[in-house]
Amino acid sequence: MSRAFLALLARDLRLALRAGGGAGLGVVFFLAVVVVTPFAIGPDLALLARIGPAILWIGALLASLIGLDRLFSADAEDGALDVLAMGALPLELVAAAKGLAHWIATGLPLVVAAPMLALLLNLAPASIGALTLTLLVGTPAITFLGLIGAAFAAVFRRGGLLVAVLVMPLTIPVLIFAVAATSTALGGTVPFGTPFRILLGLSLAAMVLGPIAAAAALRVARD
Amino acid sequence: MRLVVENLACRRGVRMLFAGLGFTLEAGRALIVTGPNGTGKSSLLRILAGLARPEAGLLRLEGAPEPEDFTEETHYLGHLDAHKGALSAQENLAFWRAMLGRPALSVGEAMEAVGLGGLERLPVAVLSAGQKRRLALARLLVAQRPLWLLDEPTTALDTAAQARFAELARAHVAAGGLIVAATHAPLDFGPSDGLDLGAWRPARPVAERIDA
Repeated sequence: MSRAFLALLARDLRLALRAGGGAGLGVVFFLAVVVVTPFAIGPDLALLARIGPAILWIGALLASLIGLDRLFSADAEDGALDVLAMGALPLELVAAAKGLAHWIATGLPLVVAAPMLALLLNLAPASIGALTLTLLVGTPAITFLGLIGAAFAAVFRRGGLLVAVLVMPLTIPVLIFAVAATSTALGGTVPFGTPFRILLGLSLAAMVLGPIAAAAALRVARD
Repeated sequence: MRLVVENLACRRGVRMLFAGLGFTLEAGRALIVTGPNGTGKSSLLRILAGLARPEAGLLRLEGAPEPEDFTEETHYLGHLDAHKGALSAQENLAFWRAMLGRPALSVGEAMEAVGLGGLERLPVAVLSAGQKRRLALARLLVAQRPLWLLDEPTTALDTAAQARFAELARAHVAAGGLIVAATHAPLDFGPSDGLDLGAWRPARPVAERIDA
């Protein structure tokens, strides 16, 4: 069973990294959001440092949603989802493997790029560290919650709109606690650990519930 | 091993495709499903594959570890080939071999068996329709499954490839496997039963409307 899980993970990663796979799209979008923000807000360094974490997180959130709508629909359209659903690997683990591959291909590059982009927004070193840590913990939550929207997009064949409508509300708590944790690095009464632990909890819950809900959504199509 | 279908009914929207369908398929035999377009050949195969739920009826594969839920004993080859165009023929087949489990032939042997030897490294996107179909047929050979469900398996195949595939199918049947194939082409899969779905259409083709 773990062999099948790894095979699916490797195939999805290979597909994402091949030309036209779309792995770089999220990072480029993230870069675009962060680079244009200082131009729009103006050269107020203090202001940028204060709202920087929020801007980086909004950019990462939206960048994480890119490509999610194709996650299951591509397999549904070429018939691969039917064969995947018939294997020994439960549909929940199929969804988890695809989610993990999607996060490695699109979420992890955001985490790596974030410290560089944070410099553009005049973030303090402590803030940069906190931001990178929250992104590392929070982006998997977004991807795995996104699996639910991705599954519905494949079932109803209506593409990206569903992902945005279904997934965005679910990601709000992740955004709130991630930005709160990053802000504690600038001082305040709340220690970093308090919102960060809630973020960890949200992420763990999403990793378990996302694939289960996505598999349930995919099964609805068979009735 | 024996595939038993009792009193099966399939509904699409308000239209009853077939009702009261029953048959028994013994190991070492093929069932050739025929019938005009829209009589439910593909729907029957999807129900047998566990990819669609029947309106009524029972299915079981006697002799399987779980007779009522025999999806894992089944190969399903639908209209779609389930390949990724960006990956090479070899990568696609190796993926399905690892994914499906219970490996049978190696990737190279399977590609040789369907006549694709030498094309392993080409991306599937550049293969012809017939070559893609052959690669899909090779998927049946890389994993061990007793029951093959084939939906128009020889679409886009030339005559030589059709004969070659019929030979592979006869070998599967001769080894005690089962095949249910929906087709318009005359295929010789060895000892076969016939099922004409056109004959199973219910007298009243429209299901009763509950509203009204």
